[in-house]
Amino acid sequence: MCRTARGSNIMSAEFYYGVEVFLNGLMAGVMYSLVALGFVLIFKASGIFNYAQGVMALFAALTLVGFQNGQIPFASLINAIFGTNLHSFGWHLPALLAILLAVLVMILFAILVERLVLKHLVNQEPIILFMATIGLAYFMEGFGDLMWGSEIKKLDIGIPQGGNGWVESHTAFLGGDDFYGFYLDSLDIVAAIVAVALVASLVLFSQYTKTGRALRAVADDHQAALSVGISLRTIWVIVWSIAGFVALVAGIMWGAKSGVQFSLSLIALKALPVLMLGGFTSIPGAIVGGLIIGVGEKMFEFLIGAPYLGGATENWFAYVLALLFLVFRPQGLFGEKIIERV
Amino acid sequence: MNTMTENSTVGYVTDDGRQIGGTIMEMKNITLRFGGVVAIENISFDIHEGEIRAIIGPNGAGKSSMLNVISGFYHPQEGEVWFNGQKRPSMKPFEVAALGIARTFQNIALFKGMSTLDNIMTGRLTKMKAGMLSQAIWWGKAAREEEEHRQKVEEIIDFLEIQAIRKTPVGRLPYGLQKRVELGRALAAEPKLLLLDEPMAGMNVEEKEDMSRFILDVNDEFGTTIALIEHDMGVVMDISDRVVVMDYGKKIGDGTPAEVLANKEVIDAYLGVSHD
Amino acid sequence: MLYREAGDFKTSYAKDNQTFPIKFDRVAYYILLVVAFGVVPFIINDYWANAVIVPFLIYAIATIGLNILIGYCGQLSLGTGGFMAVGAFASYKLMTAFPEVSIIIHILLAGGITALVGMAFGLPSLRIKGFYLAVATLAAQFFLVWLFNRVPWFYNNSASGQISAPERSVFGINVTGPHVDAWAQYMICLVFVFASAWLARNLTRGTMGRSWMAIRDMDIAAEIIGVNPLKAKLTAFGVSSFFIGIAGALLFTVYLGAAEVGEAFGISKSFLVLFMVIIGGLGSIFGSFAGAAFMVLLPVLLKNILVGALNWPTDLAAHFQLLIVGALIIAFLILEPHGLAQLWRVAKEKLRLWPFPH
Repeated sequence: MCRTARGSNIMSAEFYYGVEVFLNGLMAGVMYSLVALGFVLIFKASGIFNYAQGVMALFAALTLVGFQNGQIPFASLINAIFGTNLHSFGWHLPALLAILLAVLVMILFAILVERLVLKHLVNQEPIILFMATIGLAYFMEGFGDLMWGSEIKKLDIGIPQGGNGWVESHTAFLGGDDFYGFYLDSLDIVAAIVAVALVASLVLFSQYTKTGRALRAVADDHQAALSVGISLRTIWVIVWSIAGFVALVAGIMWGAKSGVQFSLSLIALKALPVLMLGGFTSIPGAIVGGLIIGVGEKMFEFLIGAPYLGGATENWFAYVLALLFLVFRPQGLFGEKIIERV
Repeated sequence: MNTMTENSTVGYVTDDGRQIGGTIMEMKNITLRFGGVVAIENISFDIHEGEIRAIIGPNGAGKSSMLNVISGFYHPQEGEVWFNGQKRPSMKPFEVAALGIARTFQNIALFKGMSTLDNIMTGRLTKMKAGMLSQAIWWGKAAREEEEHRQKVEEIIDFLEIQAIRKTPVGRLPYGLQKRVELGRALAAEPKLLLLDEPMAGMNVEEKEDMSRFILDVNDEFGTTIALIEHDMGVVMDISDRVVVMDYGKKIGDGTPAEVLANKEVIDAYLGVSHD
Repeated sequence: MLYREAGDFKTSYAKDNQTFPIKFDRVAYYILLVVAFGVVPFIINDYWANAVIVPFLIYAIATIGLNILIGYCGQLSLGTGGFMAVGAFASYKLMTAFPEVSIIIHILLAGGITALVGMAFGLPSLRIKGFYLAVATLAAQFFLVWLFNRVPWFYNNSASGQISAPERSVFGINVTGPHVDAWAQYMICLVFVFASAWLARNLTRGTMGRSWMAIRDMDIAAEIIGVNPLKAKLTAFGVSSFFIGIAGALLFTVYLGAAEVGEAFGISKSFLVLFMVIIGGLGSIFGSFAGAAFMVLLPVLLKNILVGALNWPTDLAAHFQLLIVGALIIAFLILEPHGLAQLWRVAKEKLRLWPFPH
């Protein structure tokens, strides 16, 4: 995808290609950050490490596409049981309305999770809660597939895609005659803007609204928050709803980029190493961690993976980096050193 | 390692006529900081062989931190720890345990998923040597060792009068019994020095009496040296031979119970005089 | 009588410590062994061996392995699939490099190699805990699968990137390759299962088991009373990976016969074995068997009902299965975190006291 002409200046072509890889890494990192954000929100408010965050993104995207295309939920299940032949309501909803409906579904989902799962697992060890969210991930995956079908779906809500001409033409002057400018996908640029807006509004929300302050209180100390009359259960529903919304945004961005399919939930797993770098409780940590992982894995693949290791190192680079990092700094980039007590 | 013996101090005879030996442990100028917070500031004291030594002081005085230094869980920035006439190098907690220092914890730290028996057996870990292979096939040393040590553990169970709860998971036991099992786990190591962190916290009078009796019996029957932290002044004065008093990380008194009770600084710390 | 211990006095600590202290259990256990070794081999057929019994036995070994790590030592691992792959590829390399050596030795060695790899990836457990460690083990999962996928040496440069097990025999009877009888597959797995369960039981009831459980229940206190955390955690990783490696080797050589690493040992395998541990019961050898049986039988059962009886399309049944499995995991964690093993214990307790419930 490099827009440099071959020939005249190999060194500079390599260099500009490297820069382009770097920029694309940043953009991928934004995507990781988006998913990681959902993890951080839930972890801060409830101490739950929500493995299902990735599947939530998948489910949200599936729901959005389903509504948009007027799919009948559980059509194949109904068909199998009643021998009918249903597929679609035959309408197309406008993108905005479909998004709104998908948000509602995610809120409903948050309420159900609180009612059916979290309520019964209060005071359990974190590791039990973590395993419960793995169960939740399986359940949602099956549920999403039953509801909307498992084939790969195209997600289009009108975000521009393809190389961004403006960036290309405005960076061409950097190189010589043989350099036509950097190639950046418009979608990635939109994602970056959306991510910044999302983080900004989350920060504003938690600083300046009553609910936001309650959220922070709960994150600080469950017991104390309870004793001043904050309802933990309401807070959980709110947090999971917000996380569901963040999942929807992440799902839209990833889905628009590579189609709505199961691999989306696997990509979302990459948010885990992001969190290990950035710390589980820090929103800026999630962003910085995401960018480091995004850039790191693209640059590693470009400089070492593809030329020397046979490629596809993106599969594991993030995890191994996080692992090495943790061994030397277990509390993450922004976490505080933990003093253990007995 | 420095092998010079510094415990030239001789023993003494207590009021009730027990002969106390020489120094077994000596803390020299210990200072412990967490970031900017000074938890222990330049404290020195010694523990003689066979005595019951109490560490008292108001909340946050640094008593538990001191026990944690002794058991190697915290590493002081300054100062030396001498044990058995030798300067102790910086050690991991499990290495300290192997030296013969066992302890109980302020908030009970039993292994909740295991039975009373297994908890106390775990206390003998430092004494069990069977290799992995022998354990895997449960033949030879491992099986033999298990039985020998079970014998010892049963003695401790008898001593603490907890036969009936041998196979009960400790998570299900009431608080007082848990405290007793924890004492049993520490005793199982047959320690030279036994550290007790608030052994009577949260107990009613009856339970306190039981526990005091056990502590005195341990000291009497096994000759175990005991260092304990306790808030109940009555108990402390009753059972301890000498007392260290701490306040805000500093040592403000040291001596027999009668001596520290007469100490003005100690009275101030307990009755509350404003710190300038 | 059915389930009575009156008059069943213990006169030595060894007797008190035995695996089945109640006589009824002991008898049941011996009967089970006689049936497993003496009856089943004569009546087993291909369908039952392939669909249920052989995978059950192999996963039981893997579940015992993972249960040692999670249930006994409290270290959560999501790298089981990767470690099973190590066992599979180690056995493949050994079988092709030393064809004259017995396959039993190869499988044991594969277990040993996996143990070493497991210990290497277990090293971070000394610094990091809980789900941090879980994510770290994901590194093992993804890295190992990538390694076996990308380095041709591991699959002897085969064009497809697959490995396939050559024909090997024990006592002149084929146990791998295309011409294997169901009973031979069954017997070799059974022997390994029996040995694994016995070793695991011994290791968990002695000093080593107690240090694992001490680390699990309260790691700081454990260290202060004398448990060396390095030794306890690394042995747990080692022993656990040894069993998992053997399971991986058996899965490839005896059951699958040919394997592609991403498909056979992907992350879904890690979760499958984890679910077996949770449903069976954390910290229970018996539970490991129960969990493995449950998770092997469930899809067979669902498939028979949904596809066989109700004529659903297979993909729909598969989605339904995901949903059921997820719901079951949550239900077990909420209702009975100690899994089927605990349900069984409670039932036995009731039976002991029956007909006087108090």
